[in-house]
Amino acid sequence: MTSQSLTPPVLELRNLVVEFVTRHGTLRALDGISLSIAPGEVLGVVGESGAGKSLTGAAVIGLLEPPGRIASGEVLLAGQRIDHLPMEDLRHIRGKRIGTIFQDPLTSLDPLYRVGEQLIETIRTHLPVSEQEARARAIALLAEVGIPASEKRIDGYPHEFSGGMRQRVVIALALAAEPELIIADEPTTALDVSVQAQIIAVLKKLCRERGTAVMLITHDMGVIAETADRVAVMYAGRVIEIGPVRDVVKSPKHPYAKGLMGSIPALDERPERLLQIEGAMPRLTAIPQGCAFHPRCPHVMPRCHEARPVLEAVGAGQVACFLHEVGQ
Amino acid sequence: MTTKPMVSVTHARKVFDVSQPWLERALSGQDKQMLVAVDDVSFAIKKGETFALVGESGSGKSTVARMVTGLLPATSGTFAIDDVPLDPKHGYPLALRRRLQMIFQDPYASLDPRWRVGQIIAEPMKAFGLARNEDEERVRVSHLLKLVGLDPADAVKFPHQFSGGQRQRIAIARALASDADVIVCDEPTSALDVSVQAQILNLMKDLQRDLSLTLLFISHNLAVVRYMADVIGVMYLGRLVEVARVETLFAQPRHPYTRMLLDAVPDLAMTGRSRQPVQGEVPNPISPPSGCTFHPRCPLANSRCQKEVPLMIDGVACHAVQENRKT
Repeated sequence: MTSQSLTPPVLELRNLVVEFVTRHGTLRALDGISLSIAPGEVLGVVGESGAGKSLTGAAVIGLLEPPGRIASGEVLLAGQRIDHLPMEDLRHIRGKRIGTIFQDPLTSLDPLYRVGEQLIETIRTHLPVSEQEARARAIALLAEVGIPASEKRIDGYPHEFSGGMRQRVVIALALAAEPELIIADEPTTALDVSVQAQIIAVLKKLCRERGTAVMLITHDMGVIAETADRVAVMYAGRVIEIGPVRDVVKSPKHPYAKGLMGSIPALDERPERLLQIEGAMPRLTAIPQGCAFHPRCPHVMPRCHEARPVLEAVGAGQVACFLHEVGQ
Repeated sequence: MTTKPMVSVTHARKVFDVSQPWLERALSGQDKQMLVAVDDVSFAIKKGETFALVGESGSGKSTVARMVTGLLPATSGTFAIDDVPLDPKHGYPLALRRRLQMIFQDPYASLDPRWRVGQIIAEPMKAFGLARNEDEERVRVSHLLKLVGLDPADAVKFPHQFSGGQRQRIAIARALASDADVIVCDEPTSALDVSVQAQILNLMKDLQRDLSLTLLFISHNLAVVRYMADVIGVMYLGRLVEVARVETLFAQPRHPYTRMLLDAVPDLAMTGRSRQPVQGEVPNPISPPSGCTFHPRCPLANSRCQKEVPLMIDGVACHAVQENRKT
């Protein structure tokens, strides 16, 4: 849980800036992201569409679509920089040291290959094992992610699996090479609630057992609340608040985080009205000066228009807001 | 209880033919395949109330909505709005159609990209002859835009110039343009971000109160339904399994499926607690389980549940509840 330990964090982002060079000028999609994930920790990354959460995940694994590129800053995997590695080296890290789970399990599996072939290929690409060993491993993995009769199902094609079962296969694929870090981008968004709970439970259990760190990217605060250890809230390409999940969910400090939590309808109570933040997330072409949230902020001050607040320690977390500056 | 319902649905049933083409069937010796999407669904909505249908994908909630509006012909069953029945051949009488409107899930697909917002909102007025001349039409469009929190000057813009939440506001304005008092909303906020969802839900509640609208609200999100609904119907594989007032349903869910669903939803209050993972998945609706379709996943199921389809008695369709069975 603590980020202060002797072993380096599994993942560390230092002032990461991602830009898109377009005809209309350079658009800054990620603007100085700094965060870290300790071994065995689940870091939730939340935000609304366009906040830059998926882009953060893509930048870590070097899958930015051109013209997107890392303009400055560093990505460190277990203390080593990986953002400037050549494509070929990065390809070895992906899959081996960083596993990924995407939203739609149907598009992340190849429909023409049996799930076993896909698993065995992944295992043999990254680990020095024979075909038989890889197959045994694949069957064990499928059983671990909760696929019944895995020694039979391993020869099935993806279309023979239901949505929830497919996502289990994808989790098995991500874990196949025993990675240190898993990037899960909206892993449960395409699933029904009853299946969602099963998938979260599997992901959580396996990562705890293996000590795998997870970057869980989602817009669903409920999923974060029960899965993550810490949460980073993103807005317009910046992290505006980061801290232990309990603090951020129960007593958010940043006005945007407050509005976001208040706007979520709850199951255990029925308020007269939901809290609402006026307006919408700015477009990349028109990110406001100073604090990007200032045009929508109920507590806006004159300096918010010019100066950009940086993340500063508040309680157990960090908040980027002048309201919470030391001395305020 | 004595007031007559604004919307009533009785024994609605919809069967889709999902067979292969006949030649393929003849060659492979297959039978016709029928999918019962909705079976024996009955409910009534009181004037000014919100009835919500919740369920997972494939439970038939959107099919019910489309049958109620007359967009999809029902296989059997009767539908009525304010005591005016839906004619299976000709739909609702013209005078009633004005009063029934729909809001769809995806505001990017439900607004014609080539039409200006003003034209989109004025279309229902034109169709029903509600404005005498263009000036009156313009005045009404401005009024509607203000009502949903947009600027009257937005009437000359095109849909692509608006964000998802603003487009949904336009769709609401269009639904209100014909002075409708029954609105069917099919997942109106599930394509929107949470902060925008809050704006739209608040707006819909305000409008419902001010214009005393009757809403049929379809959603898979229990928390949203909790905020919006007066009465909730829970659907599973085409059947209503429980109908209850919102406070009762959340305080004392009775059907095992409802209880399971409520347990499964991740909630902000859940921090640190783990959910009860649900067993199994929704079965294939082409070959649903016999008897009560929920029995393979139900902790209380016994042999009766495998044979007999439970009837809706006193708001819940479950043998275990009616027999007072305990785990």
